[in-house]
Amino acid sequence: MPRMIVNARINGEEHELFTDPHRTLLEALRDTIGLTGTKEGCGTGDCGACTVLLDGSPVNACLVLAPEVEGKEVITIEGIATDNTLHPVQEAFVNEGGLQCGICTPGMVLSAVALLDRNPTPTETEIRYAIAGNLCRCTGYDKIVRAIEVAAEASR
Amino acid sequence: MSRNEVGRALRPDGATLHVTGRSRFVGDLPLPARALVAWPVQSPHARAKVGAIDASAARALPGVAMVLTGADVPGQNDTGPVRHDEPLFPVEVRHHGQAVAWVLADDAPTARRAASLVGVAWEPCAPMLDLDAAIAAGSFHTEPQWISRGDVEGVLAGAAPDRELVVVEGAFRTGAQDHFALETHASLAVPESDGRLVIHSSTQHPAETQSVVARVLGIDLNQVVVQCSRMGGGFGGKESQANAWAAVAALGAALTGRATFVRLDRDRHMGMTGKRHPFLARYRAAIGRDGKVRALDLELYSDGGWSLDLSDAVMGRAMLHADNAYRIPSMRVRGQVVRTDRTSQTAFRGFGGPQGMAVAEEVIDRLARAAGLDPHEVRSRNLYAAAGEAGTTHYGQEVGDDRLRTIWESLERSSSFATRRAEARAWNATAEASRRRRRRGIAMTPVKFGISFTTTFLNQAGALVNVLVDGSVQVHHGGTEMGQGLQAKLSQVAADCLGVPVRSIRMMPTRTDVVPNASATAASSGTDLNGGAIRDACATLRDRLAPVAASLLSGTGTVVDPAEVTFAAGEAFAASRPGATVAFAEVARAAHRERIGLSATGFYRTPGIWFDRGAGRGRPFAYFACGAAVTEVEVDGFTGEMTVLRVDILHDAGASINPLVDVGQVEGGFVQGMGWVSSEEVVWGSDGRILTHAPSTYKIPAATDVPAAWHVALLPRAAQAGVIAGSKAVGEPPLMLALSVREAIREAVAAFAPAGTSPSRVDLRLPATGEAILDAIDATRAAGEGG
Repeated sequence: MPRMIVNARINGEEHELFTDPHRTLLEALRDTIGLTGTKEGCGTGDCGACTVLLDGSPVNACLVLAPEVEGKEVITIEGIATDNTLHPVQEAFVNEGGLQCGICTPGMVLSAVALLDRNPTPTETEIRYAIAGNLCRCTGYDKIVRAIEVAAEASR
Repeated sequence: MSRNEVGRALRPDGATLHVTGRSRFVGDLPLPARALVAWPVQSPHARAKVGAIDASAARALPGVAMVLTGADVPGQNDTGPVRHDEPLFPVEVRHHGQAVAWVLADDAPTARRAASLVGVAWEPCAPMLDLDAAIAAGSFHTEPQWISRGDVEGVLAGAAPDRELVVVEGAFRTGAQDHFALETHASLAVPESDGRLVIHSSTQHPAETQSVVARVLGIDLNQVVVQCSRMGGGFGGKESQANAWAAVAALGAALTGRATFVRLDRDRHMGMTGKRHPFLARYRAAIGRDGKVRALDLELYSDGGWSLDLSDAVMGRAMLHADNAYRIPSMRVRGQVVRTDRTSQTAFRGFGGPQGMAVAEEVIDRLARAAGLDPHEVRSRNLYAAAGEAGTTHYGQEVGDDRLRTIWESLERSSSFATRRAEARAWNATAEASRRRRRRGIAMTPVKFGISFTTTFLNQAGALVNVLVDGSVQVHHGGTEMGQGLQAKLSQVAADCLGVPVRSIRMMPTRTDVVPNASATAASSGTDLNGGAIRDACATLRDRLAPVAASLLSGTGTVVDPAEVTFAAGEAFAASRPGATVAFAEVARAAHRERIGLSATGFYRTPGIWFDRGAGRGRPFAYFACGAAVTEVEVDGFTGEMTVLRVDILHDAGASINPLVDVGQVEGGFVQGMGWVSSEEVVWGSDGRILTHAPSTYKIPAATDVPAAWHVALLPRAAQAGVIAGSKAVGEPPLMLALSVREAIREAVAAFAPAGTSPSRVDLRLPATGEAILDAIDATRAAGEGG
């Protein structure tokens, strides 16, 4: 299959991705641009480790083909902190111990950021549903939920 | 040792890297130029002889560098960690999905496509896929092990005419569990110009990975360096089972001279690697009308899968934990590892302990209900005492303190157990009339978990501590970080041992050429063992630095004795010179000028432990980690859905080095255990294929499955003598707190019995999936109707 060029804005920068049309956004981010903060946990859209924001909405990058992001804005975990200042969600995950091994963390943080962007005052249940598609095998989730609550508080 | 840093809720090492996506796991490392990617050629049969392998079409594919087969192995074609029974390239496959060849290509899609072009002349034969059939056929990996105390036969045989005793017998099974670390197995082997190989591996046991690589390549250990900076979860799944993939990467690198990368995707990871062992327990047990358990006769069989792996030690630990926290005066345990044609089941958090303890709780519940007693009361009555006969396990080790009782009574109070149980029962009593489909159950279970590798020689560790001339410190040790917070806790230990702030400490990646021959980071031992080694190295350095500090502190007319020098918070001071201090960095610089070595190794071995396997007697554990949990659940009688309403935990982490980390271990361990006893069901098809091959079909708990009401506390005033900083190991023990979930479900199921009746047994499968719960409810209803 011929390769194609995909234009997208990734973490605020315009990128020209030269890619096979059947490559996933996950592969393009990791292998072509070297943004390895986006992780592959299952490759089938069931674990959420590859969550990125596509025009502000959380998606599993393993289920999005690279050509689908033509003309769109992609935010990965590398694009959340500004000027070396952590996003309140990142800050809260660190301070509340909302992470252990760290490999689900990027996806988890982005799901939380997306939640707080559209609902700055979520209930605990809303938080749990917002991250229900992000599996974590280490923490048991409680400290993650608390971290998102703290971040919501701090963002107000 | 001061306690400036130890005891603080220090953030996990690398937390900022994790939240910004900058932490690199093996799969994130930039590949060296011309690196190759490997992909396996897998068996479509659970058992088959491997005939001719035709790789010509694969080799012809552009981008394919090589197809590795058994003929390419320069050393031993074997990766078995204990017994050498794991051919890397088998002539007979022993489980579905086993690799028989590996394609090396420029990229993963090419390697994968080429692997599908490799032709293999399979000669399938009938696989052994059933545990009971394998037992009947005498298909075992091991001879039976025994632990025995008291006259079990005498009690059980004499029981029938004795009206004071109630005897039960039965069989009970526990299911497999996939580790489901979010990071799958990965290894990158890089050939160095001098012939050495450097292997970046996601392994809990770098020294064993090194050893297996050297065995397969037929070279000395000193030619191989294995590095593990961090893992994306381990849970035991990377204790022995990271080795084979590292060996493939190393073989590729050695033969092609190009860096070689192996990463299993989720399907291959779950289809090719071992799980928590499924167990079958056959038991006979007796209880007195006084609620005291009198005897337990137990046969344990584990499904070890195709090779031995660590199954023998897993069975040993199961046998040592088949008492859980209960004194059983006459007890006999027989354990044997069964061989089937499945993945090779392996270490998984608890290492047989969960299976043994699940059996103990099953037996307690059976005995209590058969005798018409309250299971909670029976648990309480049979808890071990601190010492003497009532505090001695079936293998002869004294429990040593009365923490079990303290925890039990304290948690009963703090969780309002009695009140809440009465409320749940009242709620259930009105359920029928209120047309509610749901019933509630609440239960409390204890945990007593032995700490130390039961293979005594493994209880050793080394460390290397380097003080730099600016007063900053690098700490190396043999432990690996997999999210359990080891590096954070050990940085606190090192800081206090040297008397410097934790920000002066840099924890270094684990490498086999810096701290050699290290044991696996397993058995919850990481902090105890490596902390002991770091303390030893720091003591050496402090002894060398004290005279230097003393001379810096000595002033006109005052000579400071090195013995009175104290290092704390980055300064040295002495009682005889109040107010005078000297910075640690200044001491380091002065020591360097005086040609005093600023680098020291440390070593630790756990004292006082031994076990005579033949006699089934000893003191295999340095101490026991204890805890208890109260879980309240609701069960839907129409759908089988189970909801955990509330969890209360009191756990003994000693004098916690880092409460943030330790509470995280308790919470995470509990939820992982909850998955094992409830939603996580590993299913193999009749052809031996694993059907639960990905999160699409295998259900680990999600954020919406865990209770919102969550009360976790660490036992206060709990310093443990003889352990680093008075702390206690906390990695595995909390997993078994989740047995309270299973017992709570059982209580809820029992509430479906017709009003006014109380079932004399409630059978519940493990895992208690929705289907299993419905089956249990049906059986309870039918029994109540005299069916």
